[in-house]
Amino acid sequence: MRTGYRPRTLVRELVMIAAAVAFLFPVYALVTLAFKDPEQIANKPLSLPDPPSVSNFSEAWESASLGSALLNSTLITVSSVLILIVLGSLAAYFLARTASRLSYSLYILFLVGIILPFQLGMIPLYQLVNDLGLLGTYQGMILFYTGIQLPFTVFLYTGFIRSLPADYTNAALIDGASHLQAFGYVIFPLLRPITGTVLILNAVQIWNDFFTPLLYLGGSGRETVPVRVFAFVNEYTSNYGLVAAGLVLAALPILIVFLLLQRYVIRGFSSGLKG
Amino acid sequence: MTAVTAPPAAPVAPPGKPGRRRKGSGGITPPWLFAAPALLVYALVMLYPSIAGAGSAFTDWSGVGEQRSFTGLANFRELVHDDQALGALRNTLLLTLAIVVVQNGIGLLLALGVHTTIKSRMILRVIFFAPVVVSPVMVSFLWKYVYNPAPDAGLNAALNAIGLGALRQDWLGNPSLAIWSVAFTVIWQCAGYSMVIFLAGLEGVPAELHESAMVDGAGTIARFRHITWPLLAPAVTINVMLSTVGGLTLFTQIIAMTNGGPGYATDTLSTVLYKQAFVYGKFGYSTAVALVLALFVAAVSFIQIGYLRSRETTA
Repeated sequence: MRTGYRPRTLVRELVMIAAAVAFLFPVYALVTLAFKDPEQIANKPLSLPDPPSVSNFSEAWESASLGSALLNSTLITVSSVLILIVLGSLAAYFLARTASRLSYSLYILFLVGIILPFQLGMIPLYQLVNDLGLLGTYQGMILFYTGIQLPFTVFLYTGFIRSLPADYTNAALIDGASHLQAFGYVIFPLLRPITGTVLILNAVQIWNDFFTPLLYLGGSGRETVPVRVFAFVNEYTSNYGLVAAGLVLAALPILIVFLLLQRYVIRGFSSGLKG
Repeated sequence: MTAVTAPPAAPVAPPGKPGRRRKGSGGITPPWLFAAPALLVYALVMLYPSIAGAGSAFTDWSGVGEQRSFTGLANFRELVHDDQALGALRNTLLLTLAIVVVQNGIGLLLALGVHTTIKSRMILRVIFFAPVVVSPVMVSFLWKYVYNPAPDAGLNAALNAIGLGALRQDWLGNPSLAIWSVAFTVIWQCAGYSMVIFLAGLEGVPAELHESAMVDGAGTIARFRHITWPLLAPAVTINVMLSTVGGLTLFTQIIAMTNGGPGYATDTLSTVLYKQAFVYGKFGYSTAVALVLALFVAAVSFIQIGYLRSRETTA
């Protein structure tokens, strides 16, 4: 095992802390900017705000309509992730527990979706969503995220279910439970670890996505946080303090969730990947 | 400390390798209807549009209405003579190369740094990983301020403050520098992602190996080369694949920071296909560019899986 705290360890610690300070410089620049008035920004670009002003924050919150953007993002992310968990785990249960040529071909078909860049189908899909009357709606975004994230979700669930013994469900089925009951009461609870990973990876991906919501939701009044921030920053480009405050406010919710759940988030990102 | 360690858990790979089936799982199999809803949504959102997109790459479709005629390889012939698209291809490959090498290099150094007995290791992990969960749009705007061309703002002000004022630049406005400024933004955001994947790999390296090598007199570098590095192969595979696909499809950071400029200096395949479709209304041509991008991603994925897998087995 590694030994205790030696002089070399101290040197290593100092080097790593110096790296972290350099790494955080952009964040320091942005946060201090948000608390300054235009005069301080012009005269003391890198110093601490003195006196700090919070007026940028209230103005940015209003101008970027961040309150409703947060609601839109939450609604779309939560609905998409819930549907992904249900559809993905059900499909994976069939794929993992059926040893037929059909199920194997279906599994490969889902895997293709992981390497297929969505740009290829971007324009026909835009047309389809338009034809279905779903442009500018929550439903359109939820449908998009469910489809686009399913291959990865199915892949994660299938790998996990294959590692579980089949005996539990067989016992339940012999006792007279339906397939759906056996899945809901016996299998699904056993999937908790991988459901956590699926939830975290999909939620972060959907919450932060930019391109498709820009295309589908722009001008609808249902824009998500990244789309509102994009419009806001482009409108107030030269008002640095206001823009900085908007960016800080918009990044804060997901950073707070990350800090509260950091162990699970980091584990999800480092374990849930294909190997 | 005793020398007893738990057997290394398979570090990153989820249980059950893809493509390998477990036979005879008990006879009672779930009905295929369980897979039907997922298949329906997947087919509607990904399979049908991708096939339709690949098809319209061979037409002169303008995106408005149904009018389109088959033009064979005309779009691809136009592509090999289109300076903007060729420049974008070059930029995409350069960005990908820079991101794969530097992001994973820094990620590995960070992982080795925090995988030690230093007291700040937990908080450092959180700090380096935090940008990964923030939207690329916001990270791009943050760096757009850092790259402010004014001599007394952002990075230029910081350089001046530490006596390196001579290095001040117009980071995003200089056509030969802008692409590297964008690459660095991506690297800053994603290095923590590489770090946690390397960390998961490092945690699977048995401590006994290091101890017996130390007893045999192997130094830090020798132990890294002969023990740590070969056992990190799965983590290298994942990191290289993730950053390659991320680099090849880079879009958001470009649109938010430079919109492809100055001139076409930072256009990528993704920004070009976006502009061709939604600015110039050339949908057929746009999907031809998308098809080229898709083929690149698929080719790179297959080559990498093959090469890195063979490295893993010989390691």
